[in-house]
Amino acid sequence: MSSTTEKPLPVRSVPAQTRTRRFTLTPTVIVYVALVALLVVGSVLVGLQGGVLLDQAGLLNIFTRATALGLVAIGQTIVILTGSLDLSVAYLVGLTSLVAAETMAGQSGMIVPGVLLALAVAAVVGLVNGLVITVLKANAFIATLGVALILRGYLEQNYTGPAGDVPRTFQHLGYDRVGPVPVAALLMLGVAGACWWLLSRSRPGYHIYAVGGDVEVARLSGVHTRRTIVTAHVLCSVAAGMAGIYLASRLGSGAPYVGTDAGFDLESIAAVVLGGTLLAGGRGGIVGTIGGVFILATLDTVFDDLAVDPFFKDVVRGVVLITAVALYARGMVRRPR
Amino acid sequence: MKRPAWRPRLAEGTAPVLAVLVALLIGLAIAGPAYDSVEGYLALLKRAAPLMILAIGQYFVIVSGGFDLSVGALVTAGVVIAARLIGGDESATAWVIVLVLAFGLLVGLVNGLITTKLLVPSFIVTLGMLLVLDGAVFLWTDGAPRGALSTAFRQFGRGSVDVPLLGEVPYSVLILLVVLVAAAVFMRGGTGRALVAVGDNEQAVRLSGGQVDRLRLLAFVLSGGLAALAAILLGGFAGVSAQVGQGLEFRAITAVVLGGVLLGGGRGSVVAATAGALSLEALFTLLNLLGVAGALESAVQGVIIIAAVAYASLGSGLRHRLRPRRATTTSEPRDPRQPASTP
Repeated sequence: MSSTTEKPLPVRSVPAQTRTRRFTLTPTVIVYVALVALLVVGSVLVGLQGGVLLDQAGLLNIFTRATALGLVAIGQTIVILTGSLDLSVAYLVGLTSLVAAETMAGQSGMIVPGVLLALAVAAVVGLVNGLVITVLKANAFIATLGVALILRGYLEQNYTGPAGDVPRTFQHLGYDRVGPVPVAALLMLGVAGACWWLLSRSRPGYHIYAVGGDVEVARLSGVHTRRTIVTAHVLCSVAAGMAGIYLASRLGSGAPYVGTDAGFDLESIAAVVLGGTLLAGGRGGIVGTIGGVFILATLDTVFDDLAVDPFFKDVVRGVVLITAVALYARGMVRRPR
Repeated sequence: MKRPAWRPRLAEGTAPVLAVLVALLIGLAIAGPAYDSVEGYLALLKRAAPLMILAIGQYFVIVSGGFDLSVGALVTAGVVIAARLIGGDESATAWVIVLVLAFGLLVGLVNGLITTKLLVPSFIVTLGMLLVLDGAVFLWTDGAPRGALSTAFRQFGRGSVDVPLLGEVPYSVLILLVVLVAAAVFMRGGTGRALVAVGDNEQAVRLSGGQVDRLRLLAFVLSGGLAALAAILLGGFAGVSAQVGQGLEFRAITAVVLGGVLLGGGRGSVVAATAGALSLEALFTLLNLLGVAGALESAVQGVIIIAAVAYASLGSGLRHRLRPRRATTTSEPRDPRQPASTP
């Protein structure tokens, strides 16, 4: 908390001298400043209780927490940038974990088909999301909520608990690490890097920002807006599918409610918004999102180390989210004038 | 004072939901032996009352251009707080009811103030509020709801009163009727119209001297208060549990959208939103009677909301295409409102 309350000061002092831009305080910068502040404050607090926050186990804990949420949030960033959003990711994570684990069925030879099939299922769900939004012209909120409910019905109808079996060799994905950093976290950061390149250095990426900024203007400028929205949803769902595969490898089987128990739908939106991406679309990016994900992961780890009541975490999370967006909103209002 | 005649002005999306509702009610009458008498339908209304009240509150927020994701958590909070404070003590009922309602209004006020003063999108504000409420309530009760509701408190959700002609009418149905009539009258008045205008075009309202912030604040306060009322009814009807309000926010939004109200604001009627909530509840009852597994319930709900929204947006596009207002706009059949907004 203390990390966020000290932020209003620099922002407030800006309007007196808006013209002299020594250092632009973009949301992305704020996120990483806040992350560093949180790490420092967290280390001190944990240190006072005789523990160490950033030792091997602590880092491992933070990275592990960040991996699944990070993958989902990367996809969520892409759809939110197009001015859409995806509420179906939580159920999709559960579904893909089941598809992967059931296809593998304990055989090492089936790892590749399992992964590919899970990603294909995810892509199809994303395609459905995108088509419902663009062709049936349903509001993204309703469209993806509807798809989420359909997935939920399927899961509730067919599964009562964990199913499938992940071969031991595939569990290396979930548990191997390089020093204190899990391999899966590095892969997540790799995906983040690829998406960063896509969004900020490639034509489809520019189109995503254009559509999110103003659909009509983008359309009149010759951007295939429908295609862009559908692509964004497919990418988002595939990212969620990767999270499902990762969780399957970690749990050793598929679990229908692994995504909803973690609240990945709203949590990923929170991470994206915390990372400074505008909910209305068109502004923000992956870098901020990763910062937001690590803030949430660090908060969790700090609270675990301090043995704080788990319910208190939710309270702090809610307050941090609102405070952060209020700060960004102030920055946004000041900037154009 | 002229009473609002129960002849809905056919605002966009009102007719379909009424047709759907009538079809569902007829289906119920055919499928279920309990639905050949007034009591059966009163029981349905009694079950649906909390959701319908939530839908009315959600309608105010949605029509003014926002979202309220905190109502589900607020319902849980209301029930848990009431149970803890009453603790089975009959004499505490009155002030606890007042307190729960005040708590709902306060939460709505905070939602509204953060949205309007700090310029945070309402989706985020109410999402944050959802997290805060969920966490805070269980922090306060050490993880599990404690205490018990008094019999008097539970009367509102499960009791009924003798009304001539109709027989036993549940209190919750009477409360629902009062709220619905009040909401319909309110939406016909100046403030209600201004609220819709804010959702349609905030800038225009501001330029014409409307109090945009105050109107949106009012919408959130009403939503919070009505969620607290729904909590009182649900506490009586369903009892105390930590899951009582789970998912209700999405269900209320679904109901409002089913009623043809446009997400993003500016269009739709409160009667239709309430009818949407009743349709949803009638649908679940019908699925139950037909022996459709409970698990498929959500899948059906998903298909239906997508179909409803697709119908609303494609249907209106079709109507505009069939009778173009001006010759100049015919070149753009895809989005009939677009030419009007670009000068």
